Amino acid sequence: MSLPIIWWVALLLLAVQLVLWKSRAGTFLWTLVSCFSFWVFLRFGFTVPVPQSVISLYMGIALLAAAAYVTSSRDRLEGFTGPLVRLCTEPARRPLLYAVVLLLPALAAFAVYRQMNVKLEAPAFGRTIHPAPPDSITVHDKALNLTTLDNPYRTLEKSDPPAFASHVANGRRVYYENCFYCHGDALRGDGMYIHGLNPIPTNFADAGAIALLQESFIFWRISKGGPGLPEEGGPWDTAMPAWEKFLTEEEMWDVTLFLYEFSNQRPRAREGVHE
Amino acid sequence: MIKKGLAAALLALLGLAAIVGTSKFLMDREYKSPALTPPGQTAETPRDRGLADQRAEQEKADKEKPYQEAEYRPFPKVGSRVAVWVAAQLHLLFAAFVLAVPLFALIIEFIGYRTKDPRYDRLAHEFTKLLSVSFSLTATFGAMLTFGLIILYPKFTNYLVSVFSPTFLPYVGLFFFEAFFLYTYYYGWGKFSPRVHLLLGLGLNVVGTAIMLIANAWLTFMTSPSGISETGALISTWDAVRNFTWMPINIHRIIANVAFGGSVAAAYAAFKFLGAKTDEERAHYDWMGYIGNFVAICAFLPLPFAGYWLAKEIYAYSQTLGLTMMGGAFSWLFIIQAVLIGNLFLGANYYLWLGMGRIQGAQHFQKYIKYLLILVALCFMVWATPRSIISTVSEIRAMGGSSHPALGFLGVMSAKNTAVNILILTTYVSFLLYRRGGKTPTVKWAKTGNLAQLGIFLAAASIVLFLGVYGYFVEASVRIAFSIPQVLSVLFAMVSVTVIDVFLYKNAEQAGEPRWGQIAPISQYVLIFIAVTFTWLMGLMGYVRSGLRQHWHVYGVIRDTSVDAFTPTLGFATKVVSVTVLIFFLLISFVFWLASLGGKKDWEPRVKEGAKNNLPEPEDLGAAV
Repeated sequence: MSLPIIWWVALLLLAVQLVLWKSRAGTFLWTLVSCFSFWVFLRFGFTVPVPQSVISLYMGIALLAAAAYVTSSRDRLEGFTGPLVRLCTEPARRPLLYAVVLLLPALAAFAVYRQMNVKLEAPAFGRTIHPAPPDSITVHDKALNLTTLDNPYRTLEKSDPPAFASHVANGRRVYYENCFYCHGDALRGDGMYIHGLNPIPTNFADAGAIALLQESFIFWRISKGGPGLPEEGGPWDTAMPAWEKFLTEEEMWDVTLFLYEFSNQRPRAREGVHE
Repeated sequence: MIKKGLAAALLALLGLAAIVGTSKFLMDREYKSPALTPPGQTAETPRDRGLADQRAEQEKADKEKPYQEAEYRPFPKVGSRVAVWVAAQLHLLFAAFVLAVPLFALIIEFIGYRTKDPRYDRLAHEFTKLLSVSFSLTATFGAMLTFGLIILYPKFTNYLVSVFSPTFLPYVGLFFFEAFFLYTYYYGWGKFSPRVHLLLGLGLNVVGTAIMLIANAWLTFMTSPSGISETGALISTWDAVRNFTWMPINIHRIIANVAFGGSVAAAYAAFKFLGAKTDEERAHYDWMGYIGNFVAICAFLPLPFAGYWLAKEIYAYSQTLGLTMMGGAFSWLFIIQAVLIGNLFLGANYYLWLGMGRIQGAQHFQKYIKYLLILVALCFMVWATPRSIISTVSEIRAMGGSSHPALGFLGVMSAKNTAVNILILTTYVSFLLYRRGGKTPTVKWAKTGNLAQLGIFLAAASIVLFLGVYGYFVEASVRIAFSIPQVLSVLFAMVSVTVIDVFLYKNAEQAGEPRWGQIAPISQYVLIFIAVTFTWLMGLMGYVRSGLRQHWHVYGVIRDTSVDAFTPTLGFATKVVSVTVLIFFLLISFVFWLASLGGKKDWEPRVKEGAKNNLPEPEDLGAAV
């Protein structure tokens, strides 16, 4: 069977739920197992591990929801607290109580051990991916208004497809001569220099990257690179050069066309801009 | 013995006099520097002359100092920006409350007038009790804000005056009328005929809304200026007023004010419920909290869509502003916003589920809560999923970028729109179940009606889901446009299902009246939690709207050149907002306390036991007079 891991984990957890249902598990057990199952799903259910910040966020919501469920009726609250009360008060359960009393600090110690026993690395950082562009830029001594700027070769797509294709081909040449070292063969941000870069370059194949942006934005990023990023949104950690120093304006527009064509995406259309 | 003692004392005194005399003799002959000699006793020293020259030069420089208009003035300790920020936020919170409460008080009063049910009239009156002190606090913070701007940002304020001076007098005039209507409405309760009183309430609402529209013009102009030349010179005040974000803000604020006002009024009811001493009081404040929360949630449901419109207009006005807001420096605040709104939805549903406990015969709906909760939690998670995840370097490398290959799909607008629409539908279902609690329909077409309602729900949910998924395959502007049919399908579902439900449950058999007051006390803390969350949310989103201008006072026209011309860190901004919210709730608690004084007994002097019988009888007092 070559099912992705997410299905295996989901099926396993579903089986656990089925067992709970069949065994008529009480609110306490059901809540505890469901929350733990959800954590297992997040932690082990994905081929690419889910970042800890998202796991914390989701688990916070899940625990909040569980608390709301348990306390939203008297019966459920009694169903949840009943086993705990019995554990603490009934003499027959005293061995189990002692085990729990010993287990809780042991679990806490284990959690501390796991948190401490990790590879040292830079702390998590919420990086702003799309910096705000200025209203206008100057490229090769030419003032360009980014609010109204369009790719001058985009219209060829319908009016003159062969000419459009030649611009895309030129963009392909420019990309593989200059950009692919960092952005990769398939535009996935996994070029050969990636191991020396932090943060890693943009993955153009990602549906949430260039498809959300107008072409003028891409042109601005290519032409001005890291040095042209706005001061107010810093600190910007990027090794992207200002390509206006190496490429012509046409080449920069062509590579923009290529990025969209190769990744099979469309640039963001301009909203009804107020003039 | 006595003689010996006297002789010793005399000797001691003589010794002391000798020591003092010798000391004075020596000190009078001590060397004294002319510089240390008191003025007037010796000739002027070079240093004195130097000091005199310095003073003369300073006086001359003072007299010749040219007049220069100050651009900024400092504010001690916290700085000018934080001072104006806190004053503006507090002014806005109280103003929102003062505008919102009359709006739903009038509606409740009107319901009472039409149904002849005195409970509604009492409720509306109770809501307006909170108004008069709040009105004074609004005016006080408004004055603080105005003086703050004039003193700390004189150049910028002058510019705003040059553009908006024609709006100031009408503003003041309307403010006067608002005071007139508000106090007449409150103090005239029960003193006029109901129609006249309702008209006073209507006048209060019209004037209050007009005031808000004028103030909104000033602040929206700062974000999206219009009606001015390229150098900022005024061309048309009216064009400056109706700038691109004016109407979206007007709509957004009116709705948000009602949601906020309802939640704060519900928090007041919760405050009173928790301190109630009798079952009757508990029942009344339970009902009041329910109505306040109902108003808040009804207004809250369309609020995200008004927010979308505002964001779309900001994006359309300037891509830079749009990206700063949604993809740039402020984008993380929208994750905080999602968490807060998710909490609000969870809180609203939770309150309704708890409320089922006070309805006889609503127990059989409890089994659905599990599924509703799963939907709420899943939508909450989708809404709170960031597109660019906070990750360590190794996590980013494993993901191949800052977004997760699977969860990244939840971070874009299609998923968010879908989640919020399903969240709204789920909350509506919770309300519908609550409404149906303990009732059995008696109409013949009950089964058909239920099926029709289910069909409408499924159709609306299908449209929302289909457009949500399809949104991934179209470009951004088309995807954004999908939000309109999604919203319309949800609104259609809510309206049509309500209409069917009203007829379906007309003359329905009822297992019993709602047992007002018999609700778990935790529900009242939920009402307070909802009010605090609303307030915090308003503060944070207000900061985004104002802060996205970044280093501009008026975007693209008047640049901020003060020491505060930088975007504060999110941590700092949230601290300022949180402290402001805390101050607001301390002050509103004072308002609650003042409002509750009306129900207390008059003060009487304490009388000592036993002295009571010696007090003069009223007749005696009369005779004495």
